[in-house]
Amino acid sequence: MKAKHQRLVLICIALVGLVAAGLIAAYALRDQASYFYTPGDIAEKGVEPGQAIRLGGMVQKGSIRKQADGVTIDFIVEDGKGTVPVRFTGITPDLFVEGSGVVAEGRMNASGQFVADNLLAKHDENYVPREMRDMTKADVKKLGGTVQQP
Amino acid sequence: MIAEIALAILWLAAALAVLQLGVGSYALTARGAEFLRAVRPIAVVQGLLVAVAFALLIVLFLRTDLSVKLVAANSHSLKPLIYKIAGAWGNHEGSMLLWVTVMGLAGGFVALLERRLNERTMVATLAGQAFVSLGFYAFMLFSSNPFERLNPAPVEGNGLNPLLQDPGLAFHPPTLYIGYVGLSIAFSFAVGALITRDVGPAFARAMRPWVMGAWIFLTLGITAGSWWAYYELGWGGWWFWDPVENASLMPWLAATALLHSVSVLATRNALKAWTVMLAVVAFSMSMVGTFLVRSGILTSVHAFAVDPERGSFILTLLAIYIGGALALFGLRASTVTEGAKFHLFSREGSLVMNNVLLVGVLGIVLMGTLYPLVTEAFGTKVSVGPPYFNPVSAIFVFPMLVIMAAGPLMRWRQDNGRKLANLLAAPALVAAATLALVVVFGGEIGALPLLGLVFAAGLAVASVLPLWKRNLRRTPAHIWGMVIAHLGIAVALAGMASESAFNTEKLVASEIGQSHTVGPWTVELQGVKPIAGANWTALEARLVARYGDSNVQTVLNPQARMFASPPTATSEAALLTRWNGQLYAVLGEEGEDGRWQLRLWWKPFVPLIWYGGLLVGLGGILSLVGRTVRDLRRKGEPELEPISEPAASKPAAGGQEALA
Amino acid sequence: MKHWAIWLPLALFGLLFAVFASGLIAPGDRTIASQMIGKPLPDFDLPQAVPDRPALAKADFTTGKPKLLNVFASWCVPCIAEAPVLAELARAGVEIDGVAIRDRTADVQAFLARNGNPYTRIGRDDVSKIQFDLGSSGVPETFVINGKGIITYQHIGEIRADQVPMILQKLKEAQ
Repeated sequence: MKAKHQRLVLICIALVGLVAAGLIAAYALRDQASYFYTPGDIAEKGVEPGQAIRLGGMVQKGSIRKQADGVTIDFIVEDGKGTVPVRFTGITPDLFVEGSGVVAEGRMNASGQFVADNLLAKHDENYVPREMRDMTKADVKKLGGTVQQP
Repeated sequence: MIAEIALAILWLAAALAVLQLGVGSYALTARGAEFLRAVRPIAVVQGLLVAVAFALLIVLFLRTDLSVKLVAANSHSLKPLIYKIAGAWGNHEGSMLLWVTVMGLAGGFVALLERRLNERTMVATLAGQAFVSLGFYAFMLFSSNPFERLNPAPVEGNGLNPLLQDPGLAFHPPTLYIGYVGLSIAFSFAVGALITRDVGPAFARAMRPWVMGAWIFLTLGITAGSWWAYYELGWGGWWFWDPVENASLMPWLAATALLHSVSVLATRNALKAWTVMLAVVAFSMSMVGTFLVRSGILTSVHAFAVDPERGSFILTLLAIYIGGALALFGLRASTVTEGAKFHLFSREGSLVMNNVLLVGVLGIVLMGTLYPLVTEAFGTKVSVGPPYFNPVSAIFVFPMLVIMAAGPLMRWRQDNGRKLANLLAAPALVAAATLALVVVFGGEIGALPLLGLVFAAGLAVASVLPLWKRNLRRTPAHIWGMVIAHLGIAVALAGMASESAFNTEKLVASEIGQSHTVGPWTVELQGVKPIAGANWTALEARLVARYGDSNVQTVLNPQARMFASPPTATSEAALLTRWNGQLYAVLGEEGEDGRWQLRLWWKPFVPLIWYGGLLVGLGGILSLVGRTVRDLRRKGEPELEPISEPAASKPAAGGQEALA
Repeated sequence: MKHWAIWLPLALFGLLFAVFASGLIAPGDRTIASQMIGKPLPDFDLPQAVPDRPALAKADFTTGKPKLLNVFASWCVPCIAEAPVLAELARAGVEIDGVAIRDRTADVQAFLARNGNPYTRIGRDDVSKIQFDLGSSGVPETFVINGKGIITYQHIGEIRADQVPMILQKLKEAQ
């Protein structure tokens, strides 16, 4: 490298690095971000099976069924505009009860069931995932949880 | 009375910060030179006062003075002593006071101890520090006064979030905070040097211990936070790419880059503008982190009391400080003289590449963290998780690891490739052997974990090579520090890769008396019984674990805890650590048929993650102490620091290692 | 080349700032006024929350006299701060009915014993049903209900001492 161009070259390296990072990030984000759906959205627009999404809504009353293995549950998530059957294998969060709100991470399978990898746990009564807070406000529907106002 | 006195002291400290800024600014003008000497004492007194105010807040918490709103809201007379103390900063107001306390104390120490820097730059730095402090003073005094009274005083306090009642978490936030705030000193130095157009080795040497100190705190804070999330959340994971976690990672990435470039500036008088830029970026990442956590604009699994108003305030401060500093940078950068020249294939060149890659990772994490915010502005809600962060950051991390291995072995200014290739043969060999071993014996483990194991092995060997052929007793502490820190990265990486490669998991509904196998372990559920703690009750399982054919039985007691006030439930995972990994057990709920849900993991070598983090921190401490002792001993500053070349690549005749 | 590159960081920062600012002021993020204002109360009939106060139903709000409906909880910190202000309103002759959200009787009793009890009636809402029907998104919130059971005003967050005259004014307007 010619010495007198050093600063220029360094700036170029830095710029190339940053632009590369930006482009890679932007490209990957389009594929890898998981989108938030309500049962109503799924009924309306549909979701491709296998795509990672988050599903948020209310756990329908009386819908939780425990499977024989003792660790798998089936339940229905509803939002007043649609319902989605969900299967989850694991230990449910402490505040997961019928009639309360839930956000599940996972994907739809081919038969229209949502397979949840993870039910988002609330740390305490005061915490609600942000997506859900918006939903409750947006359509004043009976989605669970309370937001403690400061 | 204490609260009123403390508030008065806080106001006094804020007034001194105004004075520090005013006198400092005037002293820098052509007519004000005689005031230069006044600034240091002001900074010292301001630091002392704010520290006293903070101490008084701790006293209020110790006495559980419920007539103070903050105490009533966050403490409880029944709370154990250590959490009463931690309660002082485990909330918004208290943490803001901690913030200005650290800033004030750090400013005081700089004023007291730092004698190498040009006095005008020093004064500009202290004025800058006061300017930054003032924003937080104003925030506290006008909108979140920690000493506000509550009338009438309640009979009992509201308790602290039980999740925060954990020794790890009591000290985790302040550790991170000190790291965040430490970067503000680096920022002030950068602003001071830009104002007086004095960006040079003396500036870098003055700034370096503060960057190093902040970086050590961030490293330890992130390590501790990851450990906390690992055993407290009961999800078996150690890093969730959660916005709150990213908020602590981003300043660390920037500080790591800064740490390396400031060394180049101190040693070689190169990378001047870049170092200043990084100092600004590092502090801005601290503020962005604070903003993300406190404003609650992003969804996080870590609950915090959030408030858009606080968010607006921090955002305003961010705009003033960072926007101002960047504008100043734009105006002054062209007057920063170009640094010493070097060939790209050299130690400096490798540090430049490492910096660019670190900043690249920073950009990727930042974009992933903020993407949900951007899409939300367009009405789409998304969440970004490991499927994005892991592979995308790996694109930059793996090349960085190669440079980490090679860089310390290279000579300053210019090196030649053949010598380096000889040196790197050993790590390359080890990496190849690891690859072969894992492919043959490790089974299907996925590309990233495989690469992780291979690079960790190579880096572990390469990181100790700088010690090769050196006289170990005469090797300066900062070289040891670098070796240990780099080794720590390799160790942590090995833990991460091993955890994701060889993790085995079992989820069962177990009857009492039933045994289960997970990995090499056999675990029997012997019973579940209720127990009570200081302010919680719990269901506690008794698990008996045996490793392989061994007859040694170990008891594990995972709990599902219920806290009384406020009502909250948490799972306490039980951990059993062996030299080669960890058994992790979580108790779920009881089914109608009397079976208990159990979740068991066998995580080979997972503790290496945190041991690695500790090693990195230890390396930082060694380097900081070593440099400080050296600096204090040496009189008559040479313009450039002595160069310590790696002995292995030293030219045969007459190297430059005179001072090593 | 060099010249504009110097300003690049500032431009990037400006972009970042815009993202943050939009996040802060995005409509979903601010407290949103209930769509129920001007509409009649939803039907509800809540069980008693504490033994010494009667239960609460919609019928209690159609007595001809404007009232306050306060949504609170024993686990909520701002509610403690709000308690003395509610007491002041009660002393001024305002009738306040409470809904305890996701709470337990013992906790509510302890809360009222500690912070005073300004309520005439208290109902309990264990699943936040009424709360969402009311269009309330947090705790505490207070609604002004006129004598015909129509919601005329929603106050989000705790009522502060300096807002007492404003609340009294709203009650007067509701008459």
